Amino acid sequence: MYAFDFEKPDSLDAAIAALQDDDAMALGGGQTLIPTLKQRLASPSRLVSLTGIAELHGICTGSDGSVCIGATTTHAQVAAGAAAFPALAALAGGIGDPAVRNRGTIGGSLANNDPSACYPAAALGAGATIVTNTRLIAADDYFLGMFDTALEEGELITEVRFPVPLAASYQKFVQPASRFALVGVFVAKYADSLRVAVTGASEGGVFRWSEAEAALSARFMPEALAGLSLSGDDMISDVHGSGTYRAHLVGVMTKRAVVAATQE
Amino acid sequence: MTTVTLCVNGQDHSTHVEGRTLLSQLLRETLGLTGTHIGCDTSQCGACVVHVNGLAVKSCTMFAIEADGATVDTIEGQAAPDGTLNALQQAFQDHHGLQCGFCTPGMVMTAAALLKETPKPTEADVREALEGNLCRCTGYQNIVKAVMAASGQDVSAFDSVA
Repeated sequence: MYAFDFEKPDSLDAAIAALQDDDAMALGGGQTLIPTLKQRLASPSRLVSLTGIAELHGICTGSDGSVCIGATTTHAQVAAGAAAFPALAALAGGIGDPAVRNRGTIGGSLANNDPSACYPAAALGAGATIVTNTRLIAADDYFLGMFDTALEEGELITEVRFPVPLAASYQKFVQPASRFALVGVFVAKYADSLRVAVTGASEGGVFRWSEAEAALSARFMPEALAGLSLSGDDMISDVHGSGTYRAHLVGVMTKRAVVAATQE
Repeated sequence: MTTVTLCVNGQDHSTHVEGRTLLSQLLRETLGLTGTHIGCDTSQCGACVVHVNGLAVKSCTMFAIEADGATVDTIEGQAAPDGTLNALQQAFQDHHGLQCGFCTPGMVMTAAALLKETPKPTEADVREALEGNLCRCTGYQNIVKAVMAASGQDVSAFDSVA
């Protein structure tokens, strides 16, 4: 990889100042960024590590009961510490492998917005709020497409707030080599809404399956999904699965998520 | 260049690194601890797993600077100073848990992290914990058996096919 300056500030203000440089990049756990740098797909002049900033770290309960997770909290810590939202904890505990979960962070995953990553499905499926150093962004407004988000240059995720659902489940069909989602579906039922978010499938990244949401709002059982299907036209098609196959899997995984959520 | 100070296998070290120096490079090239292997260098294979502050990490996917102030344990620190293997290493030998041996350092370090957290794992626990460690000899069965044996569980029926 190309050389760069490395900074590890201990405050959010110092990190934001260090990121004002156009070619600077924020570093979370590095589980995606370091392989990217090795392939020379990115060549920042400066990396700003966020792992030394205490205020970005940890899990707490918000005044409205939501689960609030600091941006640099690792997947392993969410798996162990988000007991108030079991589907979220289970999702975090299924990312990658144990060593990846000990380094990778929720903020890094959401800022990267890989189309096959798990966390985008949780954030969109739970209607989470992405908190940055300047504003609050609703998940519905945050994910703009594959590797694209509403974050501005120099804007940092500081926290993610997840409202706790009545019932939820994330079901992932694992791509066995990478352990990313070939297709992953997060279903969450709230008192006033029902959300279905799909990762791994669409060329546009994570999305809500509105037809399934409508059907499940009326009847929260797998049979409600009978007859619903998605087109494979805009789905990711690669050596691991065609678009048609992925579209089919979305239906299968959604049903499994509903079954799992109702058995919780 | 930045100075990093870290305690590796109980010994303190202070050394200069570039921002881009990986922990695996520091261990192998600066400290000469070549037991930590680099298989894929893309964080897929797990041959480079070491413990940083007690947690298993892929040392090829962590910058050395990020280990400043940390306690690092590598495969070299697992046996006793006189060379006596620890229980996990001995189980790998007893149960033929290695063939070519290239993946073994990472397998042992990942399994050690599992057994610290889950002293009596199920076979499924072991297989899940080792998801990020690849054995190109495909010797998984005996690796899993060795980890189960190291946890003090009876593995006499392990090879029988149900």
